[in-house]
Amino acid sequence: MKASEKLIKDLAPRKFNKAGVIWTWTLVIISVLGIIAYIDQVIKGQVVTNMNDYALWGIYISNFVFFVATSFVGTVTVAVLRLTKNAWRTPIVRIAEIISLASIIMAGITIMIDMGRPDRLLYLFIHGRMQSPIIWDVIIIPTYIVISLLLLYFPLLPDLAILKKHFKKTKPKLSKWYGKLSFNWTGSVAQKAIQSKSIQIIAILTIPAGFMLQTIDAWLFSTLFRVGWDSTNMGAYFISGASVAGIGALVTVVYVIQKAYKLEDYITDYHYDKLGKLLALTCLIYLYFNINEYLLPQLTSKKEEITHTNVLFTGEYAPLFWLVTIGGLIVPIILLLFKKGRKPLPMFLIGLLVVVGSWWKRYLIVTPTLLHPFLPIQGVPESWHHYFPSLHEWTITIGTLAMALLIITILVRYLPVIPIQRTADEQALLETEENKKS
Amino acid sequence: MEDNNKNSRRKFLDKGLKLGLATAIGGIGLSKITSKLNAKTNNKSGDEMELMTTDGTLIQVDSSEVMEVKHSEDHDKKYNLREGIPNRKFVMVIDLAKCKNALKCQDVCNKHHYITGDHAWLKVYKMQEDEDTAPYWMPTTCMHCDHPACVTVCPVDATFKRRDGLVLIDNERCIGCRFCMAACPYSTRVFNWSEPDYGETSEITMNMEMKHEGHNSIEYTGMPSIVGTVDKCDFCPHTIKENKLPHCVTACPNGVFYFGDKYEDTVTNGEESVRLSKLLRDKDGYRLMEGLGTKPSVYYLPPVDRLVDFEDGIKDYKEFESVDKPE
Repeated sequence: MKASEKLIKDLAPRKFNKAGVIWTWTLVIISVLGIIAYIDQVIKGQVVTNMNDYALWGIYISNFVFFVATSFVGTVTVAVLRLTKNAWRTPIVRIAEIISLASIIMAGITIMIDMGRPDRLLYLFIHGRMQSPIIWDVIIIPTYIVISLLLLYFPLLPDLAILKKHFKKTKPKLSKWYGKLSFNWTGSVAQKAIQSKSIQIIAILTIPAGFMLQTIDAWLFSTLFRVGWDSTNMGAYFISGASVAGIGALVTVVYVIQKAYKLEDYITDYHYDKLGKLLALTCLIYLYFNINEYLLPQLTSKKEEITHTNVLFTGEYAPLFWLVTIGGLIVPIILLLFKKGRKPLPMFLIGLLVVVGSWWKRYLIVTPTLLHPFLPIQGVPESWHHYFPSLHEWTITIGTLAMALLIITILVRYLPVIPIQRTADEQALLETEENKKS
Repeated sequence: MEDNNKNSRRKFLDKGLKLGLATAIGGIGLSKITSKLNAKTNNKSGDEMELMTTDGTLIQVDSSEVMEVKHSEDHDKKYNLREGIPNRKFVMVIDLAKCKNALKCQDVCNKHHYITGDHAWLKVYKMQEDEDTAPYWMPTTCMHCDHPACVTVCPVDATFKRRDGLVLIDNERCIGCRFCMAACPYSTRVFNWSEPDYGETSEITMNMEMKHEGHNSIEYTGMPSIVGTVDKCDFCPHTIKENKLPHCVTACPNGVFYFGDKYEDTVTNGEESVRLSKLLRDKDGYRLMEGLGTKPSVYYLPPVDRLVDFEDGIKDYKEFESVDKPE
């Protein structure tokens, strides 16, 4: 009994320390600044951005693509590892589910920021036409939000019941909330049967939904004629890129939570090692699709294609391109091949590299293509030949990133980040096995 | 129990249907009777009228039986903004051999469409395919494609293809996602990044107040411009509805633009009218980026046998400006 009490005490949500409180308020302030900048954009029009008739999409879109990509982590870790029966996933799945939910919610919000007429949002439902990839997005994003929410919520039920009990005396109000949310979970056989069946169904559903989400996101670009987007590689390229971005984000968040909550007993080097291998695998797959995407046009040397690849390899965007490719992909692969590279701190740094690289990678997918249309750019202000985000765009975008982190922070504050019930079950299982042996 | 239930439901449906049918028949009968009664009340004025039937035979009818009927509203003949002018297919031919970058087309287009952004709807490109080929001037309008990529991707049906060939934008519908702009390979679409700056006392504002009282009208599709929506060349539906040529065609001093109807197989530049098919055949007409399968409605005649020197146009060439700012 004592062991289980310690377990609950270790894993139950705790009040933030001073650093946690400062962190939360910083995020709140950045988010509010972003909202203020957005209100200003609505009032003045998108003239406050540095977008123009050629660079008609900017970081709002690349940021959106980044969020969509990161939300894929729920699919890769939770669903795929579940179906492949990888038991080591237990302490990290909830964190993955939280990241997934926060990202997909923010993806839905960021795409609206890019709209010229947000007041006409409802037209998408009133006048929507199925032939437009945007309508596919309008359908799949809410679907994925619901699935992500359920994927987070159903496994939470037993934990919420435990927390209700745990906080009964110390925090009756909070305990009441946990009780309400736990839907009178008693842990009876019938309940457990329904729960495990539901989780299984949702986990399987997440895979096609996640693949569809990433593919539709890729098709937003590859259904257009533009050089650099008009590629049959796009769907697979985006799915593999999303795995990289998602797992990168997961590694970073896991490290921070482990340090903040002192969960070294539960998230061990073994888990980092496994996560590192998974990240290395996804990075390798992504590298493969990158080679497909960039090397083949270079070899066939079609005139328009070569203009595009030259801009990336040696031209205006070369520094960023090589930074992202080498720093965000090749260096992580090399480091992850070594056992020392898969230790907690190196993994955290690699995770950061991968996430930052993934963000800028989306920028490179969106912007350079737009600046090289089929007809030359003439008769427009000189500044329209280039694009770099304005202060408004940066403030709003950083605001959305802060909001995503804020959602994660709040969920981490009030939910057990490591499944309590399942950890207890697994420990019990281990003990009985050991007992049998001895 | 269940059987009973089903039976009673069936009966109810049966009775309902019969009752409905009876009512309908009764209604029709009643209306027939009343109309007959109506006709009988002012029966036989004694005046006989001679009328000709549609197949040409003369008949005599009592004048009281002659009634005025309303013309049936023929959908094919009614001008509908989204359907277009029936039985027409508008095309344009641009003769690159004649263009010397006089930019009158652009000026008049900017003026009549109240363009205040930085990107004119009609642009004249300085083109040179290769180092070894001669440079030439190439005006571009919206291509009004028959397979318009922009229309395919529009999520809310704001941009649409009409039966008369025009691709237009409903800027009361546009949500400003700019997907159509990304889809268009001709970079023809422009966006109203800010509130159009017409100036309160400018000719534009006054014209607009007089002509359409500040509202969008069918004749002026997508005008005036609205912040946060997409604009582009519209082939001037307001002039072609009045059987006039688009502004760029009439304004061009060199007769570069030909406009006409593909079904009639004629195009005119205001001075001469020519057979479209013959013109395209004789002068090797082509369309921009044919390989993309967009099927443009704008044809180009190659810049061969040039009547003018390319250099003449250089003095008017403005690399960074296509719209004059209002004073």
